[in-house]
Amino acid sequence: MNKEKRLKKRYNAEKRFRLYGLTSVMMAIFFVIFLINVIFSKGSSAFLKTTIDLEVNFNLETLDLDNNPTQKNLEDAEYYDLAIDSILNVYSVTGLKEEKALINLFSPDYEYEIRNFLIKNPDFINKKTILKLTASDDIDQLHKGNYPRHLPEDRRRINNFQLKIYDSLLEQNKIDKIFNAYLFKKGDSRNPELAGIGGALVGSFFTIVITLLLSFPIAIFASIYLEEFAPKNKITDFIEININNLAAVPSIVFGLLGLGILLGTFHLPRSTPLVAGITLALMTLPRIIIPCRASLKAVPPSIREGALAIGASKVQSVMHHVVPLAIPGTLSGTIIGLAQALGETAPLILIGMVAFVVDIPSIPTDPSASLPVQVYLWSEQAERGFVEKTSATIMVLLSFLITLNFIAVYLRQKFERKW
Amino acid sequence: MNLILLIVVTIFSYSSFLYGRSRIKKITSSQSIKINALPNYYGYYLALWCALPSLIILLIWSIFEPAIIKALISQSLSHNELNNYSSDQINLIYQKIRSLYEGNFSGTLTNEIKLGVEQYKSLLSIAQSSKIVLLFSTLILTISYGIVRISKNNKARHDVEKILTGLLFACSLVAIFTTIGIIFSLLFESIKFFSAINIFDFLFGTSWSPQRAFVSDASAITPEEYADLKDAFGSVPLFAGTAFIALIAMTVAVPIGLFSGIYMAEYASVKVRKFSKPIIEILAGIPTVVYGFFAALTVGPFFREMGEKLGLEVSSESALAAGLVMGVMIIPYVSSLSDDVINAVPQSLRDGSYAIGATKSETIKRVVIPAALPGIVGSILLAVSRAIGETMIVVMAAGLAANLTINPLESTTTITTQIVMLLVGDQEFDSPKTQSAFALGLTLFFATLILNYIALRFVSKYREKYE
Repeated sequence: MNKEKRLKKRYNAEKRFRLYGLTSVMMAIFFVIFLINVIFSKGSSAFLKTTIDLEVNFNLETLDLDNNPTQKNLEDAEYYDLAIDSILNVYSVTGLKEEKALINLFSPDYEYEIRNFLIKNPDFINKKTILKLTASDDIDQLHKGNYPRHLPEDRRRINNFQLKIYDSLLEQNKIDKIFNAYLFKKGDSRNPELAGIGGALVGSFFTIVITLLLSFPIAIFASIYLEEFAPKNKITDFIEININNLAAVPSIVFGLLGLGILLGTFHLPRSTPLVAGITLALMTLPRIIIPCRASLKAVPPSIREGALAIGASKVQSVMHHVVPLAIPGTLSGTIIGLAQALGETAPLILIGMVAFVVDIPSIPTDPSASLPVQVYLWSEQAERGFVEKTSATIMVLLSFLITLNFIAVYLRQKFERKW
Repeated sequence: MNLILLIVVTIFSYSSFLYGRSRIKKITSSQSIKINALPNYYGYYLALWCALPSLIILLIWSIFEPAIIKALISQSLSHNELNNYSSDQINLIYQKIRSLYEGNFSGTLTNEIKLGVEQYKSLLSIAQSSKIVLLFSTLILTISYGIVRISKNNKARHDVEKILTGLLFACSLVAIFTTIGIIFSLLFESIKFFSAINIFDFLFGTSWSPQRAFVSDASAITPEEYADLKDAFGSVPLFAGTAFIALIAMTVAVPIGLFSGIYMAEYASVKVRKFSKPIIEILAGIPTVVYGFFAALTVGPFFREMGEKLGLEVSSESALAAGLVMGVMIIPYVSSLSDDVINAVPQSLRDGSYAIGATKSETIKRVVIPAALPGIVGSILLAVSRAIGETMIVVMAAGLAANLTINPLESTTTITTQIVMLLVGDQEFDSPKTQSAFALGLTLFFATLILNYIALRFVSKYREKYE
């Protein structure tokens, strides 16, 4: 083999190697874009919901009320007849089967939606108005174009008669898409069109606040001790080994810890943000201590020596000079640790946060869901409506995580000091 | 209640801070002696004496109160000679008593429960009042001790700093207590499990079907029952499934991660690096439940359709889908760690290689990677430990049936999946089924512990070499 050929071969090998590297980077970036694209294309439609216009005549007689009803009368009244009457006026139907088909176009909450409207707007008593009622999940998905219309009737949940009503309503412009406020206001539900992440948002908020309150001070104190005061001895070494190992222990093991100790031994209430917060705090602690120590280490010894030289005690030099300089760095590490905790699911499942909770929690000891667990729960559901709800929840969760990470990056850039 | 007490303690601490500060000023100015520390330190000193002991008491009390009340009620229930309750039944009655007390009781009210609620109420009120008495007497005692010390013009700064360092030390002990807590909670249940099921049957048995274990009382298993149970808790299929899915994940993550790490460290311009590194790290920041959703909803069905077209039978919960997605998740761990490791290789080694005419890729292959190998191996081991402990992806995308298979298109199950499945929902704590989850957790904990230990040893050896 002559020299030139060999050189060419070597250069080709060089080019190939470089290409492998570039391809790998491209593939990794492709995965990111693909993943986010799948989630967003599936989830964005969940922020809108389909409504059906319904003319309601708030006749006091149909509601069984006397003239000049009080607010309480309105709240206690029976709205079922009124709702059914109004719905049956939407399309001419004969027979119970057709009536049921028509009623099923609406979400089962129609009665409460009409009631809540009248309670909020008592002026409409004895007047007619057009309300936008939430459509059932099937109609919602049909209107959003996710429903397989072309399937034979016996394989569809919407029958041909319902499709006919839908098409005629669509022609009369009675079907509309509006912003889905239920998504943020309501708790979990068996009906996808009524399910919301309100409970999960509050639950996640309580959880993360408890995690922050517990883990941040302890992590800061522990890293100050280890970095500034700890003598070089076996106990210190043992603590350090423990912290490094705990940072790499699978999160599900912390779930077992929460289940065994917090629920099993201390009998704390199951499925609550309190237990979730403590469990996640224990998990996050080592993950915060490591960056906290790094930022304490970054403060140059001259600062400490300067303080000591003018007569400060060791504690004073650390507390008055080193810690204030290191705090910005510890903050960004803490925020990233919290972002991880916010997305953590497995330990929460073990401490029972998978319970079906409809109510929105008001204190940290109420049973509650949390955002990632809600994703898990809804992903197990068969209804099509839950697929977009799951993706929408992921979008909300990701937007929180991205915000947190941006804050961390911002803090780091703003306060980063080159000594 | 605890909140009010906390507020009381806070108010007391703040006022004792003010009092301590003014007190020492008065003493030193009236007797015209030299003050031993800044006046603020006397304030801190008194405030610490006020807050610390009472908060510790409050904490310990709240931790043990429910357990003690439960023990007392269970005792009076079991001392009732008319009925011989097992501990499970007592637990159940206790739950009923509590739910009746909290006002969300459903079911039939028995006389016993009514009496129990009365006892519960009275115990609670006794606990309440004794807590308050104890707290206030502690406050008075500790504050007066502090005042006595201050009056003697003690070295307050020295004392405060000593307490503070002690506090900092206590905080760093939390890590140790967490480890102890993990080992304790896992061991405690595992020992109960292993007293019922032979540890060798667990570790080397090849058939896993815990749903067959209907035994409620683990301590009283007859030999006939045991013959049946033996085959229910053989965890080899789980270990194999876990290793298999981790292997698939690593075959995705190692090449892509390693090559991107090399590219970032050796080839990429500053601009490309600044742009692509954070994007790849997004993969590490995405919650695993999102990957699970992605694997179950997009990747799994995609493989099944592909398989149908090719005439293969692909399970919709195939090991391949779960492993692949897990591999994508792990890419950034491998890439950023190996990037760091390669960057730490001294430039002089590269320069030497260039000087004798090697191309860049030859330098990387022959010089940089061999030099960085321990670090790279360490980072891969850390990634393996993450793959083994990963839960949500496999729970959502891998199967539940414990197949002992090496066909990536079939469904397999993992340790973490089984832990979740065994513990979801209301389970009795005393059945071998739930205890087996803790035994699995213990195995998982030690497996990852050993992997991490070896990995960290590799990395630190490597660091010592070049830093």
